[in-house]
Amino acid sequence: MPEIQNFTMNFGPQHPAAHGVLRLVLEMDGEVITKADPHIGLLHRATEKLAESKPYNQSIGYMDRLDYVSMMCNEHAYVLAIEKLLGIEPPLRAQYIRVMFDELTRITNHLLWLGAHGLDIGAMTVFLYCFREREDIMDMYEAVSGARMHATYYRPGGVYRDLPECMPQYQKSRFRSKGDMRRINQARQGSLLDFIEDFTERFPGCVDEYEVLLTDNRIWKQRTVGIGVVTPERALQLGFSGPMLRGSGIEWDLRKKRPYAAYEQMDFDIPVGVNGDCYDRYLVRIEEMRQSNHIVRQCINWLRKNPGPVSLEDHKVTPPRREQMKSDMESLIHHFKYMTEGYGVPAGEVYAAIEHPKGEFGIYMISDGANKPFRVKIRAAGFAHLAALDEMVRGHMLADLVAIIGTQDIVFGEVDR
Amino acid sequence: MSVTTDKLVADMEARFSNALKRVPSRVDQLTYEVSTAGLREVCRGLRDLEPFHFEQLMDVCGVDYLGYGEADWQTEDATRTGFSRGVDRHPPQARGRTQRRFAVVYHLLSVRHNQRLRLRAFCADEPPMLDSVADIWASANWYEREVFDLYGILFNGHPDLRRILTDYGFTGHPFRKDFPLSGNVEVRYDPEKKRVIYEPVSIEPRVLVPRVIRHDPRYEEACKQVPKNA
Repeated sequence: MPEIQNFTMNFGPQHPAAHGVLRLVLEMDGEVITKADPHIGLLHRATEKLAESKPYNQSIGYMDRLDYVSMMCNEHAYVLAIEKLLGIEPPLRAQYIRVMFDELTRITNHLLWLGAHGLDIGAMTVFLYCFREREDIMDMYEAVSGARMHATYYRPGGVYRDLPECMPQYQKSRFRSKGDMRRINQARQGSLLDFIEDFTERFPGCVDEYEVLLTDNRIWKQRTVGIGVVTPERALQLGFSGPMLRGSGIEWDLRKKRPYAAYEQMDFDIPVGVNGDCYDRYLVRIEEMRQSNHIVRQCINWLRKNPGPVSLEDHKVTPPRREQMKSDMESLIHHFKYMTEGYGVPAGEVYAAIEHPKGEFGIYMISDGANKPFRVKIRAAGFAHLAALDEMVRGHMLADLVAIIGTQDIVFGEVDR
Repeated sequence: MSVTTDKLVADMEARFSNALKRVPSRVDQLTYEVSTAGLREVCRGLRDLEPFHFEQLMDVCGVDYLGYGEADWQTEDATRTGFSRGVDRHPPQARGRTQRRFAVVYHLLSVRHNQRLRLRAFCADEPPMLDSVADIWASANWYEREVFDLYGILFNGHPDLRRILTDYGFTGHPFRKDFPLSGNVEVRYDPEKKRVIYEPVSIEPRVLVPRVIRHDPRYEEACKQVPKNA
C-alpha cells in the first residue's frame, strides 16, 4: 500500500471554469476536497471609494460594470437609493420601462449563466443556443441606450429617454446574402416594442429547446443532482438570496415581498426548489426565465396603451430638454449646474434593495447633504454566495467544484467591486 | 410609518432599551444605534427571540465619519480670484474627528416577518475594535474581513481575520477618508532589476468637482429630524 498524503492545489485565477478571476487554494484528499479557500479581490476597483469622489450621477455608469452581465438591474438599485433620499418618484411609464428592462436583464443574465454552467460541466450546445437569444437582448439595450452592455439608461427621476420608434437594422454587407438580410431584419421593421414582443413570442420555445437538451439529460443530472446541497437553515445563515435561497425551498422574492417600481401590478409566480442542490437551482432559474418573459409581455401591453413622460420635469434632478436650453435662460442655468456641480441630496441614509438576477442587490447610501455621496456600500449577492463556497464543496470531488461555482452564478465584477 | 414597523419599534424598545438608541430617519427605514458593549447580546436576541427572528445578516458596512458634513468649498465669501475647478483639498485629518470616527452598520432581514432593520455600532477608539458576530450569522465572516481590510476595524473573536479584497502585502486601509484616492504606491516592471517594483505614486491628486453642501429650502423640513453630525 503506497502512503496517501493530502495535497494543496491551486485553482485559477486564470481558469475558464473560475468565471473570471477566482483563485482557490484547495486542500485535497485524493480527489475529494477537504477545504477550499477562495482568494478574491483580483478585480477590486474600489467602486465604492470612486463613487464617494464624484457627483451622484457620474457613478451610474460604474454600476453597470459591477455585475457586467446584468447591467440595468445594478443601475436600478443605485438610482432607487438616490430617489428615496431625494423623496422623488419617477413617472409611472418610467417605472414600467424599468420593470421591463429589469426582466430582460434577468433573462440575459440567466442565459449567460446557463450557457457558461453548461459549458463547465460538458454541455457545449446550450452555450451556442443561449448566446443566440442573448444577442437579441443586447440589440434591445443598444436600441434604447446606444450601448450594448453598459447602458447607463436609468437616471434618478426616470430613464434617459423613451423607447425608440424604430429599431436599427442590419446594413448591407458583402458577407451576407439578400435573403439573409431580409430574414434577420424581419423582426426589426417596427418599433423597439414590436421587436421585444416578437422576442417574447419566440422565447418560450427557446427555453423549451434548452430544456430538451438538459432537463432529462442523463449526464446533466449525474453532474448536478445531489451536488452542493444547502439546507434552508444554512441558506439563511449564510446570507443567501435570490435563486440560491429559493433553490433551497424558501419562498422569498423582493419583487413580491417588497415590491418596488411597478412590480405590484405584475402577475407572476416565484419558483421554489425542494432539495437545494444544483439541479433544483437550475430548474428555478429556468422557470424564472419563463416568468420574466411573462412579465415583459405585461409591460409591453401597458406601455403600448399608456404614452407619457419617462422622466420628471424637476430640473434640479433631471436635465432640461435641449430645445428649451436654446431659448430659455433658466433651463440653461439648470443644465449648467446639473452637469457641472450635480445636485445636493439631503442628509440621511438609505438602503435600497432590488431582486437582482443573482439575488439581493442593495445600495446603502449615506449622504451628508453634499453633491457627492458620503458613503456608498454595494451589497452584492455573489459575495455572500462565494463566502459559502467552502461549506458547499467540502466532501465533494474536484469536478463537482466546477458545478458548484457554476450554480452560484458568480461574476467577479460584483464580488470584488 | 406602517403598522408592522410600529410594532417592531415597541418590541425593540421593550426588550433592548438599555443597549439601543433609535436614530431618526427621513426614509421609512428603522435604524438603531447599539452600544459597543451590548452588540453581541442584541444581535443574538434579534436572531433568536420570537417577535424579531432576523435570520439573515444581509450586509455589514464600515463607515469612516472623518470629514462628515464638511465641504471643499466655502462659498459664503466672494473671492478675488474667482472660482476655479481646482481645489486645494485639506487632508481630512487636519480637520480631525477623533471621537466616534469608525462605525459598522449591520443590515438585518427577517424572512419570516418580512422586516428589515439597520444597526449601527461605533467602535471603541484606537485601534478601532468591535465584537465579531461571525458565530451568530455565518455570513458575517467575509463581511467582517472586508471591513477589516478596507477600514482597519478589528473584530474581536473573528475566526480568520485576514485581508480579502486588497492585494497580497498591501499596507494601509484604503477606504479610510484620509487614504488618498490614487493610493500611495504604483507598480511597474523594472527591466534592470527584472521584477515588478513598487514606487510612490507620481500622479498629482486632483478634484474635478469639489464637494459642495448647499442650503436647500426644499429639504429643510425633512432634514430637521436628522441629527447634524451623524
